[in-house]
Amino acid sequence: MGPPLTLFEKLWRAHEVVPETADTPAVLYIDLHLIHEVTSPQAFTVLRERGLRLRRPERTFATMDHSTPTRTAQIFGGAPIALDAAARQVRELERNCADMGVELLGLRDARRGIVHIIGPELGLTQPGKTVVCGDSHTSTHGALGALAFGIGTTEVGHVFATQCLLQRKPRTLAVNVRGALPKGVGAKDLILAIIGKIGVAGGTGHVIEYRGETIRALDMDGRMTVCNMAIEAGARAGMIAPDETTFNYLAGRPRAPQGEAWEAALERWRQLPSAADARFDREVDIDAAALEPMVTYGTNPGMVMPIGATIPERCDDQAFAKSLAYMGFTPGEPIREQPVNVVFIGSCTNGRLSDLRAAATVLRGRKIAAGVQMLVVPGSQQVKRDAEAEGLDRIFIEAGAEWRESGCSMCLGMNGDLVPSGHYAVSTSNRNFEGRQGVGARTLLASPLTAAASAVRGRVTDPRELL
Amino acid sequence: MEALTQLSSRTIVLPARDIDTDQIIPARFLTTTTREGLGAHLFEDWRYAPDGTPRPQFPLNRPEARGCTILVAGHNFGCGSSREHAPWALHDFGLRAVVSTQIADIFRNNALKNGLLPVIVAPDAHDWLLEHPGAQISIDVQTTTLTLPTGTAVRFALEPFARYCLLNGIDELGFLLTRQSEIAAYEARMAAA
Ligand code: SF4
Repeated sequence: MGPPLTLFEKLWRAHEVVPETADTPAVLYIDLHLIHEVTSPQAFTVLRERGLRLRRPERTFATMDHSTPTRTAQIFGGAPIALDAAARQVRELERNCADMGVELLGLRDARRGIVHIIGPELGLTQPGKTVVCGDSHTSTHGALGALAFGIGTTEVGHVFATQCLLQRKPRTLAVNVRGALPKGVGAKDLILAIIGKIGVAGGTGHVIEYRGETIRALDMDGRMTVCNMAIEAGARAGMIAPDETTFNYLAGRPRAPQGEAWEAALERWRQLPSAADARFDREVDIDAAALEPMVTYGTNPGMVMPIGATIPERCDDQAFAKSLAYMGFTPGEPIREQPVNVVFIGSCTNGRLSDLRAAATVLRGRKIAAGVQMLVVPGSQQVKRDAEAEGLDRIFIEAGAEWRESGCSMCLGMNGDLVPSGHYAVSTSNRNFEGRQGVGARTLLASPLTAAASAVRGRVTDPRELL
Repeated sequence: MEALTQLSSRTIVLPARDIDTDQIIPARFLTTTTREGLGAHLFEDWRYAPDGTPRPQFPLNRPEARGCTILVAGHNFGCGSSREHAPWALHDFGLRAVVSTQIADIFRNNALKNGLLPVIVAPDAHDWLLEHPGAQISIDVQTTTLTLPTGTAVRFALEPFARYCLLNGIDELGFLLTRQSEIAAYEARMAAA
């Protein structure tokens, strides 16, 4: 009997092809490789230059999401993709996948969506798997008890050619969350509070395991929101132990094991949670019952505060002052009641069905404020169909919002959906970096409830006033 | 990959902490399907005014930045998006090392694979470097030391395998490909389980 292991350590051991030594990193086996159009082209080029093929093409799965437009006419109506370079990137992914035997969910595929939404949705992401993608928010998949992390394009090439990566073993960080989330406070507020507490570099070199009764009580959509933003704390990955919630979510999904294989998988998956006496390198405790809706006021996700607070002051900190100048905020002023120009509901953080339902509870029977542009962008075509089946699209459209096809959209400025320079956007995405949503765009990250409430009032609004 | 053993250069200093990869190379330049030419857009929105004219005061635009191969940046450089376009852009601009007190995990990994050396130093050496932009320093990969013009030499940590690859110009893919029999054995073991 070895020492009691954490969830992470169990997965790490099970995937060591060659263990690490002082001189060489471990050779780690990758079960599932997801790719998209932005970070894959140069990796395919390297394969061709070296005369290599994919070692296991059936373990790689492609979609397009970042540079794809979200206007229906541009996807289904035959209108061209507005940006030439984006259109070229989409064509190149189609060609690469066809050449190299990779399954692709193309532009008009009914299963297409943001890579981190469709992995779990199709049942490709499963407990106990190693999952990588040339995308930092791959941490999302850890919500199902997978070890999932973002890699660079060179490493995408390594996985293509060998199905393996060279990796040093990260350290472990337990984030223990207790207490019931108050009304109006959700998974997004929780993860923003965690990042506020440990800082944007607080998780560097670590894999986070989120634990405790509050995490157990979250549904899968909420768990994915929490794991999604592990990278915003600098962590290599975020994970949550699989349990009945996970198994119920996966049961019957197209790529999940079926029949006898399902029963066998369940038996394996039940062995995965960390041993009760397993040790973590670090631990952090959070009291969820004390949380409020959270909103960012600066240019990284760690610059976050409860919605009722005032913008803090930090003398002698030039970076902080520069950040506030970019945002047009001054220390000591409240964030509530700040005027809002744009509201974006979507992204791999908050583009799932329960996020859209939350936004709809606020918007039902209401109109968004005059002068506010609101985009609601489902995370996948499946989420879009599910939302439409419940009539959520009608609620959004009647409120005055735009209802789009799935994609990364306004989360990052590369597909034509942009926040105009100087404008304030309340966004359910994950990054408020300078220029992330467009040159000069000023992003306030918040939950779907807070975003929807802010759209209705045209000002940053505590959603509890409208619930 | 070309070998990297020794660097000697004046520094360019960007003191801001938490410089994310969206600043290093904004998303609108990610529609490229090659690695080349990204240096032209390195720090685009900090380097150029909205009308495209260079901001003369921005450190990368100053005449003394020409030919510099070492960037000194604030704590937690390279956080955010995993885009390898960030180290490609830095390398394409001519940079070969980034010095900070902390460098984000994915960026650090990506940098090492592209002949861009991530150098993590202690706060006192870092403070000195931030206060002396343009200082002539040298970096030795063999001994993992950074030497200040004062003669003070500071050690930095470099993962041994990464150091070996840099010194010998070896790329990891070549190394991984030598492990194919172990990989096949692992796959056979998993298929049987
Ligand atoms: S939604 Fe945003 S964070 Fe998520 S994959 Fe797309 S661009 Fe990245």
